[in-house]
Amino acid sequence: MSRLTASMCGLALTATALATPAIAQEDAGKETQTSRTFWGVSAEKFEYRYSDSDEELAVIEGDAYYGSDELKFLWLFEGEWEEAHNAWETLENQFVAQTPVSDFWDAKAGIRVDTPEGPDRVFGVLGLTGLAPYWFEVDTNLYVSDEGDASVDFEAEYELLITNYWIVSATFETLVAFSEDKEIGVGQGLNSTEVGVRLSYDLIDRAFSPYVGVVHERKYSDTADLARDAGGSTEDWFAVVGARISF
Amino acid sequence: MNKGFLLTILAGLLPLTLLAGEYDISVDRVQIDTGDFVKEGIGYNGASPGPVLRFQEGEEVTINVTNNLDEMTSIHWHGLILPFEQDGVPGISFPGIKPGETFTYKFPVVQNGTYWFHSHSGFQEPNGAYGAIVIEPEGREPFRYDREYVVQLTDKHPHSGDRIMRNLKMSADYYNRQQQTVGDFFSESAEKGFMVTLMDRMMWGDMRMMKADIEDVQGFTGLINGKGPEQNWLGLFKPGERVRLRFINSSAMTYFDIRIPGLEMTVVQADGNNVQPVNVDEFRIGVAETYDVIVHIKDEEAYTIFAESMGRSGYARGTLAPEDGMTAEVPELRQAPLLTMADMGGHMDHGGMDHGDMNEDDMAGMDSGDMAMGAEVDHGAMGHGSMDHGDDASLPEDPFYAKGSGLVPTASNGGKFLSYSDLKAQKPLYEDREPTREIELRLTGNMERYEWSINGTKYEDADPIVLQYGERVRFKFVNETMMTHPMHLHGMWSILEVGEGKWNPLKHVISVAPATTVYMETEVDAPGEWAFHCHLSYHAASGMFRKIVVEGGPDSTVAEGKLSGKQGGES
Repeated sequence: MSRLTASMCGLALTATALATPAIAQEDAGKETQTSRTFWGVSAEKFEYRYSDSDEELAVIEGDAYYGSDELKFLWLFEGEWEEAHNAWETLENQFVAQTPVSDFWDAKAGIRVDTPEGPDRVFGVLGLTGLAPYWFEVDTNLYVSDEGDASVDFEAEYELLITNYWIVSATFETLVAFSEDKEIGVGQGLNSTEVGVRLSYDLIDRAFSPYVGVVHERKYSDTADLARDAGGSTEDWFAVVGARISF
Repeated sequence: MNKGFLLTILAGLLPLTLLAGEYDISVDRVQIDTGDFVKEGIGYNGASPGPVLRFQEGEEVTINVTNNLDEMTSIHWHGLILPFEQDGVPGISFPGIKPGETFTYKFPVVQNGTYWFHSHSGFQEPNGAYGAIVIEPEGREPFRYDREYVVQLTDKHPHSGDRIMRNLKMSADYYNRQQQTVGDFFSESAEKGFMVTLMDRMMWGDMRMMKADIEDVQGFTGLINGKGPEQNWLGLFKPGERVRLRFINSSAMTYFDIRIPGLEMTVVQADGNNVQPVNVDEFRIGVAETYDVIVHIKDEEAYTIFAESMGRSGYARGTLAPEDGMTAEVPELRQAPLLTMADMGGHMDHGGMDHGDMNEDDMAGMDSGDMAMGAEVDHGAMGHGSMDHGDDASLPEDPFYAKGSGLVPTASNGGKFLSYSDLKAQKPLYEDREPTREIELRLTGNMERYEWSINGTKYEDADPIVLQYGERVRFKFVNETMMTHPMHLHGMWSILEVGEGKWNPLKHVISVAPATTVYMETEVDAPGEWAFHCHLSYHAASGMFRKIVVEGGPDSTVAEGKLSGKQGGES
């Protein structure tokens, strides 16, 4: 009996001895004293576009994220709603995981699902996003579609502060494809560029910033031919009005 | 026998009852009206700020804290020397106080002076959960005054703490509305030349750093004792009186430069410890610091207490007047300072800059050959003068700022601005002795990601700092960031190295300016587990935080979680 008690005591002691460092390592303060996960929803673009050929578009581009400093999960969305056809000319949804790779750069990987009017595509995505020297925000991705076609896009944005509330943002976007995917109007080589200049005003914090601007879109070489064959335009100027939204 | 026993107990209790106060505090949802906006927040006993707790040195206090919130809470007694289980940091000192529960704090008061208390749970403190503590000394004060006021400052923001943290993580410059604009570029070009200005912008742009990055969270209303500038907190006096003002900076993020135009202030206490009196025209109060000043007011006039934020994005204002209704002029905010290359010590290696083209002003006091400065240079250990740079007499200097720093404060009337190097203890608490070892703590971070850390590691990934009871540890703070960090050690005094030996002042917050090295020593006389962190709320929550474990100690029951009145080093 007493031996049993003794061994139980021994067990208890061992347990305590084991438990103590375990508790020390756990450090509940790490839970209570730090903020670890964050979320956000924002739309960089939420706008109405009116082209020089009387085309009307509604455009949304934004993201929602949840995660920590080390790992974020993002849903990135981009859509162009064409008024004349009552249809999504572009509709992309990306689901990616993003992680820091250096002080100013994050790598991301995931999938992109395109479901516009017409044929759908699913892509694998590998991307790099971050802040380049001189405050250029850069985002570039490599896509490989379920049809086996690869393409690369590149986006850069620069903000010029007229005042601390009136901000001019200049954007540049381009797409280059390594192979042709006729069905979705993608030719080999340089596909398109989009250059935009928007003047915004931070009306409510940085949560709601209405803007006006000008956007120039152009398609090149094979892609331009494909667009012409489909009866579309290859170069457009748009007047845009919209708002940047962030929650 | 029974009677005798009772008598003994009664006899033992008598001196205790004389010096044993019981206090009740409820933690409540409250409305906070700043005059600029009304915001739901958290307060104590139905108000924010909470009550001023007045203790007596030597008193055994019992404080019943009832949590009326629907979330966990806690109260930390900022600056008080007490058993670690009473320190009020959830996850380190105790589990926290559950909704609906009452937790009883009990500890002996072994010090005197001006302190404060606040929640250590989530962002309850920025949301309003703070109050003041005034401890009357056992003996006589070494200075004379006729009346006293607590002047508790905060930076009340219309956004909740959670929202601010989230916004900063999404965009580190979310609240920065002092960024340099196109207009600034042209006016600077006109003044200094286009190429010089362009090169300057290129250099900062290359580092992806901002000169205007001084206050992370702008858009607040500065409050004095809960009152905004328009609501104008009033302290009455009779002409001829000496008034003691107990300044406490309870801000989440904001340093204030404080002055009372027309009055000289005599600083008599810093962080609750008496200092040899220093007459100043203005002083800077770091987040969580306290300074007691005495003003001798002779005239029957009103005076403005003006507390400008360090980055000049906001201010708090109150009035001292002989009668209600009298006010004095409220000064304009001075121009916002800008960081210089000198404040970038830790970042100089990022750029690959062309040193030859650097702007003269930004380069003031730096040889381009000395770019690695900051980390190596001994700014904190006074007067060592290891930087032998060209002297620019026009620049204000303070050994606690990088030489040529844009943050060096100056008094608005051209007079005396308090420096850490002016602080000398009135009466040393500890004998001066050589530290047993040195621990280097690099203050690190990534502004763009809004990540803050110590030695490059965030709290969540870090092991605790282990100290041995009886040690005297020298902490070497090396600020490699461009932000100013008020470092707060719980439970033990921070002896700030100002080069005065045993007269080095005791503090509980040590503010470390960008690109400087500051030393503090700590007599490790409090067993248990303690928090140690940057007191900027959103820096602490982002990871600039450590747990400190003090091993050993003569009274092992303390470490095992039992109450003990014994305080090492106090007698």
